[in-house]
Amino acid sequence: MTKPKRILAIASGGGHFVQLLRLRPAWEGHSVTYATVHAASAVDVAPAPLLTFRDVSRADWWRLPLTLWDMAAILLKVRPQVIVTTGALPPLVAMALVKPFGVRTLWVDSIANSEVLSGSGRHAGKVAGQVVTQWPQLAEPGVDHWGSVL
Amino acid sequence: MMPFDRLVRAMDEWAAANPRVPVEIQIGRGKYEPRHAKFVRLMPVGEYRQRVAEARLFVAHAGMGSIIAAIEAGKPMLMLPRLQAQGEHNTDHQLATAATIGARPGLHVAGDAEDLKRRATVLLGDSGAAPAPISRYAESEFTDRIRAFIEAP
Repeated sequence: MTKPKRILAIASGGGHFVQLLRLRPAWEGHSVTYATVHAASAVDVAPAPLLTFRDVSRADWWRLPLTLWDMAAILLKVRPQVIVTTGALPPLVAMALVKPFGVRTLWVDSIANSEVLSGSGRHAGKVAGQVVTQWPQLAEPGVDHWGSVL
Repeated sequence: MMPFDRLVRAMDEWAAANPRVPVEIQIGRGKYEPRHAKFVRLMPVGEYRQRVAEARLFVAHAGMGSIIAAIEAGKPMLMLPRLQAQGEHNTDHQLATAATIGARPGLHVAGDAEDLKRRATVLLGDSGAAPAPISRYAESEFTDRIRAFIEAP
């Protein structure tokens, strides 16, 4: 095993976070910090630390400054070398913020998006180092298919 | 999460018609407050999983969090997809989820509120096969590739 890295595993609530939890073996042995919207999710990741952020989506875009603030605080605290996310919009903000700093970033598009890539996933190609879809039929140049959480 | 009053109202009506069956609904930010079923705005995730495990039938939207909760608990699930036109979600992707994932054994998809109530009654009589139990984690081929990405110099 390589030297442990600082990982930020981040996702919005509900299905996004549940999918992130199913990927946990991927970073076992590394120093991982989780971030999501509900503090109660800490029971799922203990003893790993869990930070929270205020959610935003296209439906309530005016909350974006709150999310931006929370993301900056999380990034300064964790100083991640790698960010892995299963969506949605707030993690995209985090990836955009670290883009100038050489952080490795992986966008795993939600398995809920079986016909087209998610709205955030379509933008993820511009900010994430790697974008993967969980559906083989959605793979295209720049969007790989590595498998699915189910 | 956006409100899903169509589901809440349907299951409240179902509760009214089936007073001997305890029904509890998590309604989120919905406007409609159940008059027959018990309801809660949002329960902590640990409690939520316990309720899913203890329920005879789990009824929810066609969201991946709910679907994975049902599969991990090996619990039959009846789902109603959220529709963009009804202001229930930003897109119609839950229709696609219902069509692709909803075909798994133990998962059931309702077309509309009336269909949901009818299927709830049928499934409580005979819930059929439970979802096949799965591991807590994604297949190792997938997580190994993510690990390779993480550990690349």
